[in-house]
Amino acid sequence: MKPSARITAIFTLVLLVCLVLSCCILRHLDSLRSQATLEEVLYIPSPKVVKRLSLGYDGLLADVYWTRAVQYFGNKHHLGSRDYQLLAPLLEITTALDPHLIVAYEFGANFLAPPPPNGAALAQRAVQLVEYGIRNNPDEWRLYYNLGFIYYMELKDYAKAADAFARGSKAPNAHPALTIMAAEMAQHAGELEMARMMWTTAYQSTRDRNVRANAITHLRALRVDQDVTVLEKLITDYHQKTGHLPSSFGDLKAAGMLRAVPVDPFGDPYKLAPGGRVEVREPDDFPFITKGTPPGYVPPPPKFRASDFGAS
Amino acid sequence: MAAIEILGLEKTYSVGFWRKRPKCALRPLHLNVQQGEIFGFLGPNGAGKTTTLKLLMGLVFPTGGSARILGKEINDPEMKAQIGFLPEQPYFYDYLTANELLEYYAQLSGVAAPERQRKVRYMLGRVGLQDAAAVQLRKFSKGMLQRVGIAQAILHDPKVVFFDEPMSGLDPMGRREVRDLMEELKRQGKTVFFSTHILSDAESLCDRVAIIHKGELQGVGAVADLTSSVEGKVEILWHGSAVPPSLKGLTAECHAIGDTVRAVVREANQDAAIDTLRREGLRIISVTPVRVSLEEYFVRKLKVCEIAAGISS
Amino acid sequence: MSARVVHIAANTFREAVRDRVLYNLIAFALLMSAAAVLVGQISIGIERLVVVNLGLTAVSLFGVVIAAIIGISLVSKEIEKRTLYTVLSRPVHRWEFIVGKFLGLAGTLVVNTFFMAVGVFAALLYVGHGFQSGDGWIVVALYFIILQFVVMTALALLFSSFSSPLLSAVFAFSLFVIGSFAEDLRGFAGMAQGLSRWLATAAAYLVPNLSSLNIISSVAHQQPVSTQLIFSNTLYALMYTGMALCGAVLVFERRNLK
Repeated sequence: MKPSARITAIFTLVLLVCLVLSCCILRHLDSLRSQATLEEVLYIPSPKVVKRLSLGYDGLLADVYWTRAVQYFGNKHHLGSRDYQLLAPLLEITTALDPHLIVAYEFGANFLAPPPPNGAALAQRAVQLVEYGIRNNPDEWRLYYNLGFIYYMELKDYAKAADAFARGSKAPNAHPALTIMAAEMAQHAGELEMARMMWTTAYQSTRDRNVRANAITHLRALRVDQDVTVLEKLITDYHQKTGHLPSSFGDLKAAGMLRAVPVDPFGDPYKLAPGGRVEVREPDDFPFITKGTPPGYVPPPPKFRASDFGAS
Repeated sequence: MAAIEILGLEKTYSVGFWRKRPKCALRPLHLNVQQGEIFGFLGPNGAGKTTTLKLLMGLVFPTGGSARILGKEINDPEMKAQIGFLPEQPYFYDYLTANELLEYYAQLSGVAAPERQRKVRYMLGRVGLQDAAAVQLRKFSKGMLQRVGIAQAILHDPKVVFFDEPMSGLDPMGRREVRDLMEELKRQGKTVFFSTHILSDAESLCDRVAIIHKGELQGVGAVADLTSSVEGKVEILWHGSAVPPSLKGLTAECHAIGDTVRAVVREANQDAAIDTLRREGLRIISVTPVRVSLEEYFVRKLKVCEIAAGISS
Repeated sequence: MSARVVHIAANTFREAVRDRVLYNLIAFALLMSAAAVLVGQISIGIERLVVVNLGLTAVSLFGVVIAAIIGISLVSKEIEKRTLYTVLSRPVHRWEFIVGKFLGLAGTLVVNTFFMAVGVFAALLYVGHGFQSGDGWIVVALYFIILQFVVMTALALLFSSFSSPLLSAVFAFSLFVIGSFAEDLRGFAGMAQGLSRWLATAAAYLVPNLSSLNIISSVAHQQPVSTQLIFSNTLYALMYTGMALCGAVLVFERRNLK
């Protein structure tokens, strides 16, 4: 008198089989179409059209596009790609739908402007994006900061950078670094300390994992650059004093010029290379360094360390 | 083999949204219906008649007990091919014509393709709908729908037929036709199980009846047996114009018509009444037992069980 | 056994037709004609693009609405109106009823889509003054849209087998919207942490993957479609439909009819 046990068994079995198979096929489909949702972006005539078609659900759609942008960038960066052509449209659509999504502008400043493989090499477009953000959020100091950041880092236009920092320092709750950087720009542009301040501010001003990882990696690189500069200067001094190059850091220690064997930010000792040069043990660990690499070294595409993402 | 065997069939619903209270629609029912009988399933509204039928048709699952029709389990397709069902106030697909509906049902009942047209035509004629065969059911009157319902129930020549309130909403002509049809089915050797709350229909048609009230079986048996269990009444006619005072205590109803008085007394008081009349010197015309109707039995039975319920609750 | 399923399917088809569902084609035809005539005056140079986008989107939306509404009433209406009683008292298995209803409705939608396709191609012919070789992919897009209908019908039947028509409609439409963003949902899930990651992933896999069945924009740009995609989508739609139908059967087999 109960529903037939045989029918229940058969249909339950079929249901489970279909469930498992459909999940497997979904994974396959996702791999087939990994670029599809993103490339649809190329078919969209303009961000304004998307806004109109969104029927008022801008916020949600902005979140969708933002997620796609982050995923797109993450995947490309992880693979060391040199092509980020969809990043600009994705960010533009995101911000058209939600002009107050500050993190999108930060992302643009950090990853649209720099050259590949760390970015899309679209500095001017990044400037336009951030300026659009500033128009819509005139009291958001982070945006002025990002604008100055782009001018300084990629466009090397220190005057405009100073100007942006100056404007930003007047915004409510502005980070004190902005005032300092605006003031120092004229004299100390291009110096290590300025760069360090800028990356530190970038790190402190954002909560986005990618931007933070980027900042930490750059700061680490600056640290290495600074260490290598200092060490090579010491070696030159030693050479001048003794007439020959030191054979190891121990010599420098013996001469009282060093207190201990110098180590890089990961704790590995620096190498003393022929010709009075200093090198890091694993150059691949330090994307963005400009010093301390062996001659003829070609840096691989930069990767962020997992621990840098999780750092808070 | 009994046509229908109901073995402790029971149905309890849980009613309510948050705190589910159990509501018993049918207490464990034990009933047997023999082949070739017309069996009446009687009870007031809400007694559990429709619930029983739905349980037998497999539309609702019982919370206890089981049943067999023609020796096979409920929901056995082989068994279903041999039964027909007319639900209460039936609806049918109103976008179909009578012809199409019966054809569709014939397909579902497994009637072979060459037979279908013939059977459908015959059946439409049998229930008097041959003129409306091509009319969409949404245009049918209630009586016509009832006839279509009967047609679809017997279309495939089933051995056992279940009708739920088959006469409801029909005019006297229609009811007559349905009664004639049920008797014809019996003549063909089929078993008819029908539920109703119109007792006069059951009385004339049924071989046996069961009475159900508030989900519980109150009595089963042949009509004659049931009514005979009720204490009879006797009607006494005598010449006269008034009721003697000594008789007044014995009788509840009496009235005079012309020079004849008619009184109805309980069977037990029959001798006392006759003695009184003879003492008074009145001339008795006739003493006739009054036939107890099923309704009488029904009402008494229900009263008894109401009182019993009152005592126990 | 299979004959009964076919009979039920045929009757369902007949019901849909007589229920004047196919009149929606008239509304669709009007829409396409208006679009074809007006588009040339509004946007020069992208007439074909607009016609294909608009036409296919309309086919998709009209069809999903029909699939959901009819699919929902398929079972609920029969239970409400008790037309089921006389059907189930016959030697019909409850699962045959569900499967037959499904096939009937799916058939209706295929026929409906066929007529709509004719309309789209007619409009395209009109604005484009002839067909181009890339237009063949529109047929694939239409096939994917039919797969969408099949999945939505099965889902509507599933909901209809246990909940009221209104709730079923709400569920079905919600799943349609979410399913259109299924790929993004899996993206969200991939970026989440901990418990919400598990929940989001489970949801992302259970929701119907309608986004991969929507290739309207790429087809409008006459991009080719890979056979792998066609094959995978077909298989997926079959599996998902099978899942939903089995669910519907399992629920319906146990249902007490009022």
